[in-house]
Amino acid sequence: MFYREAGQFKTSYYADQAIFPILQDRIGVAAILFVAFTLPLAASDFFVGSVMIPFLVFSLAAIGLNILTGYTGLISLGTGAFMGVGAYACYKLTTIFPDVPIVAHILAAGFFSAAIGVIFGLPSLRIKGFYLAVATLAAQFFLQWCFVRIPWLYNNNASGAIEVPVRTLMGIDVTGANATPMVRYYVILAIVVAMTWVASNIVHGRVGRQWMAVRDMDIAAELIGIRLLNTKLLAFAVSSFYCGVAGAVMMFLWYGGGEAADAFNINQSFNILFMVIIGGLGSLIGSFFGAAFISSFPTLLKFGLPMVGIHIGSASVEHLTHFAIGALIIAFLIVEPHGLARLWQIGKQKLRVWPFPY
Amino acid sequence: MRAPSSDAIVAGDTLLAVEAVSLRFGGVRALTDVSFDIRKGEIRAIIGPNGAGKTSMLNCINGFYHPTEGRITFKGVTRPKMRPYEAARGGIARTFQNVALFKGMTTLDNIMTGRALKMRRGFFWQLLRHGPAMNEEVAHRKAVEEIIDFLQIQHIRKTPVGKLPYGLQKRVELGRALAMEPELLLLDEPMAGMNLEEKEDMSRFILDVNNQFGTTIALIEHDIGVVMDLSDRVVVLEYGRKIADGTPAEVKTDKAVIDAYLGVAH
Repeated sequence: MFYREAGQFKTSYYADQAIFPILQDRIGVAAILFVAFTLPLAASDFFVGSVMIPFLVFSLAAIGLNILTGYTGLISLGTGAFMGVGAYACYKLTTIFPDVPIVAHILAAGFFSAAIGVIFGLPSLRIKGFYLAVATLAAQFFLQWCFVRIPWLYNNNASGAIEVPVRTLMGIDVTGANATPMVRYYVILAIVVAMTWVASNIVHGRVGRQWMAVRDMDIAAELIGIRLLNTKLLAFAVSSFYCGVAGAVMMFLWYGGGEAADAFNINQSFNILFMVIIGGLGSLIGSFFGAAFISSFPTLLKFGLPMVGIHIGSASVEHLTHFAIGALIIAFLIVEPHGLARLWQIGKQKLRVWPFPY
Repeated sequence: MRAPSSDAIVAGDTLLAVEAVSLRFGGVRALTDVSFDIRKGEIRAIIGPNGAGKTSMLNCINGFYHPTEGRITFKGVTRPKMRPYEAARGGIARTFQNVALFKGMTTLDNIMTGRALKMRRGFFWQLLRHGPAMNEEVAHRKAVEEIIDFLQIQHIRKTPVGKLPYGLQKRVELGRALAMEPELLLLDEPMAGMNLEEKEDMSRFILDVNNQFGTTIALIEHDIGVVMDLSDRVVVLEYGRKIADGTPAEVKTDKAVIDAYLGVAH
């Protein structure tokens, strides 16, 4: 009812090409940003650390995969490995250059991941669909093998894990044992907001249109002058960059170290793919929906069920999560292949014409 | 709307020459020793019964297939193995027999994608979507709006093309090809599956494109009435061979063409 574009006339193409041409959308985005930046002041450390941080990290990874799978139509099962490349690259960088701010390393790690992504994206010119998924699966297994078998990557330490060192930003601990969830949250939030803004710029411009053209009809795309290999490799590079940053953020600002080979295994790849499918292929906001749904669903079950008087063990919660998410994926594929983002769009459309049905 | 062409080819000169082109897929001869030319500024029709090799011919011209033998010269340049994007860069645009639009995108985005080659701002500016990248976007939006006006599809500007009826999809596809500001426009059955009114609309657009922008057009069409009315010259293919070439009036009375279309008593 409040969501109306009536009376909002665009008098220039500049205004009409804006990403959010409708005023209410702009207000909505501002409100979400306001809530996101003031949330730690109101919420507990537990909520910020265990719900919001995972949500943001997964959102970033889901945006990365969505660029590749949703926008360019290339299925990838190597997301976990590309995230891992980011985490290990960041670890090596901060070991070699300890004085450079960690955020710079996190972003630089994305470039390493992008380079690896481009290499494994090369076959995408010749193979499509399931076959490409299998080729990226090879990336997953090969890189995972590297993470375990190349001790140089984890500085030859005995545990074989990334031991996140203490790094400060303007005198405040950002990583390590003493970094508070609030500080880590703000650093992640800043990265996610900036990178989402950039992603939205890319997908709404020339490059995004070329990606979607390749996705929808690659022959026609080639005949209007789009070079398929360049376009697909660019998608792999940008996608892997996002995944790499997400991986570095995950390891340094969320996990705070640990057995990285487990965090970046095939399950993680599938996890992110599910987020993209449930959230909505080819939609940035869908990436957030999917990440919110899948990352917070287990937490919701674990802490929400006891609140309403149902007590179940943590193992049962895990199993229940698997059941529910599996069922939901099947349901979404049948009922709404475009995911939560499509439902969101339908909702907005209904609001726009309310009280009339159409 | 049309970019000034850099070369000295004027109306009436040969824009594209097909010389002794043969195309084989294993034992199948799709084209055998076909030669014809397309002059700048004309509407050239390629007709023939089903399976005559018309679409294969277009695919050779825009680099999607490479002729097994023979040469194709465009604007005086012969390229042995031209890739489709090179053809696009050279100024050859194309529509498809089965509509090949980007179904998930809006009409506006489809036609904007046709400007891909004309947009030059690099990736860095694309990341920001401000300044030069946005100015470029707006400039091309203006050019696209001219095409949208020309084709009278303003009302479906923001509709995803997958939801449009067939006739409009064909029109959007023409718009996408026009957005490339081509020198040679290849239309593969632009009127297939249309009713009379839609055919008349489309014919008018084709003539207008030819008149207003001076675009050279090669079209494949089965509706002989349309072909005779629109085209300056007609080339007739049958079983991959050229059987006639000339003005519509000449082709209409050609013995071989009549035999090909109506059959011969054995």
